[in-house]
Amino acid sequence: MDLIAGIFSAIASTAFDVVPIAAFLIFFHGVVLGRRFVNISRIIVGLGFVVAGLGLFLLGLERALFPLGRFVAEQLTAIGSGANANALLPWYSYYWVLIFAFAIGFSSAIAEPALLAVTLKAGEVSGGAIHVWGLRVVVALGVGFGVALGCFRILTGTPLQWYIAAAYAVVLIQTAFAPRLLVPLAYDSGGVTTSTVTVPLVTALGLGLAANVPGRSVLLDGFGMIALTCLFPIMTVLAYAQITALLEARREAREAGRRHEKPPMED
Amino acid sequence: MQRFSTIALGSIRDLLPIVLVILFFQLFVLDRPIGELASLIDGVIAVVLGLTLFTYGLELALFPMGETLAHALARRGSVVWLVVFAFLLGFGSTIAEPAVTAVAGEAAETTAAAGFIANNEDAKFLFALGLRISIALAVGSAIVLGVLRIIAGWSLVKLIISGYALVVGVTFFAPAEIIGIAYDSGGVTTSTVTVPLVAALGVGLASSIGERNPMTDGFGLIAFASLTPMIFVMAYGVVIAWI
Repeated sequence: MDLIAGIFSAIASTAFDVVPIAAFLIFFHGVVLGRRFVNISRIIVGLGFVVAGLGLFLLGLERALFPLGRFVAEQLTAIGSGANANALLPWYSYYWVLIFAFAIGFSSAIAEPALLAVTLKAGEVSGGAIHVWGLRVVVALGVGFGVALGCFRILTGTPLQWYIAAAYAVVLIQTAFAPRLLVPLAYDSGGVTTSTVTVPLVTALGLGLAANVPGRSVLLDGFGMIALTCLFPIMTVLAYAQITALLEARREAREAGRRHEKPPMED
Repeated sequence: MQRFSTIALGSIRDLLPIVLVILFFQLFVLDRPIGELASLIDGVIAVVLGLTLFTYGLELALFPMGETLAHALARRGSVVWLVVFAFLLGFGSTIAEPAVTAVAGEAAETTAAAGFIANNEDAKFLFALGLRISIALAVGSAIVLGVLRIIAGWSLVKLIISGYALVVGVTFFAPAEIIGIAYDSGGVTTSTVTVPLVAALGVGLASSIGERNPMTDGFGLIAFASLTPMIFVMAYGVVIAWI
């Protein structure tokens, strides 16, 4: 009964979240463009699904994904600290936390449909020079590294803005040398690689970690995982594009060199 | 119905890698029984079912309308309506974005527990709502900026560099309590609702303007949407600390 009541109150509170976008799309469709609604029942049924789905999803987050992230963070820090739970240990004694963070980031990014869409387009833009699977693995490695670095930052208690500013500097240098067509795609890839399921889990992992590592403040140290997770795909896409372009240029130069040694007959 | 099962499989695929990694750690690293996690199963089912219904409903009702509108407005070429549309699209889709709601709620709990805001339900509700509205305003402005960029043909790189500089600059004035939340808010904005609607707008716009290249001009909208929330949320933190 508790669950049923929870579902209903969650659905009631999410109805308001959907009102702005639905109202404005309907307004533009009917009033600004002056079009008739061809299939009004479809829209109403669809909106019903959206509201119910959003309510259920948020309820599930509260009951499963948030507790799961905290639970894992607590268990893994416990292996790191062993018997003396209150002593501050060097960051590398929590290596299981870092391995777990990498595994979560990598595996969820590999399965992310938005990432597949981005890599397919990158392949198209580069005219086949960029391999879809290669790029996908490289981006997922970047996401995994980002989540692990986020945990490292919480373990060491270093300020987030240093990491972000340094990462920006790297991205800007890469941008100056990367193939132009791929730059917008790379910037977009940062935003799309974190799915609706990954974001809450990674957030909970960070908060749980900050709560369990001695000397860390949940508020000051616990956030920032998502920020780092979003920056690394940009770097990896730019780097991959850059390396592919370099290899391509070298191959062409070699072929040109070969042509030079053996001039064609008709000249 | 076939579409529904495809989406359901998609939701399961979103969750599966996470479940597998956690089960592996539970069994082999932590060396504990899986039974400990059994109480979470109803929540996991709610996540899969909720995500499926949500995405299915979006595809049924909102996405077709959003796409038709984006293309129709782009063809019509009225800059004023386009800007209004872009802003409302960014704002509305962010308010409906589940990841934003979830992280804002968690941020409110944490800030209240740390004493940055009053630790009662009203204060937490207002803080979370203010956070979501700041993020939504930021995404709305980002989409407007992106649309103007496509129309005017401004350089994406220059705008991004100015954005990065602004983020780093504002950090010096923001209270330390808000920085982590602000930086994270850049990444949570762009998922289930926002990306498909915004991508449709960008690509439709770039291809109907003609001389622009949809590959380079249509993209880049999401990039702004993950930059501006950091600036807006830090500004929100300054205001909260000031009051």
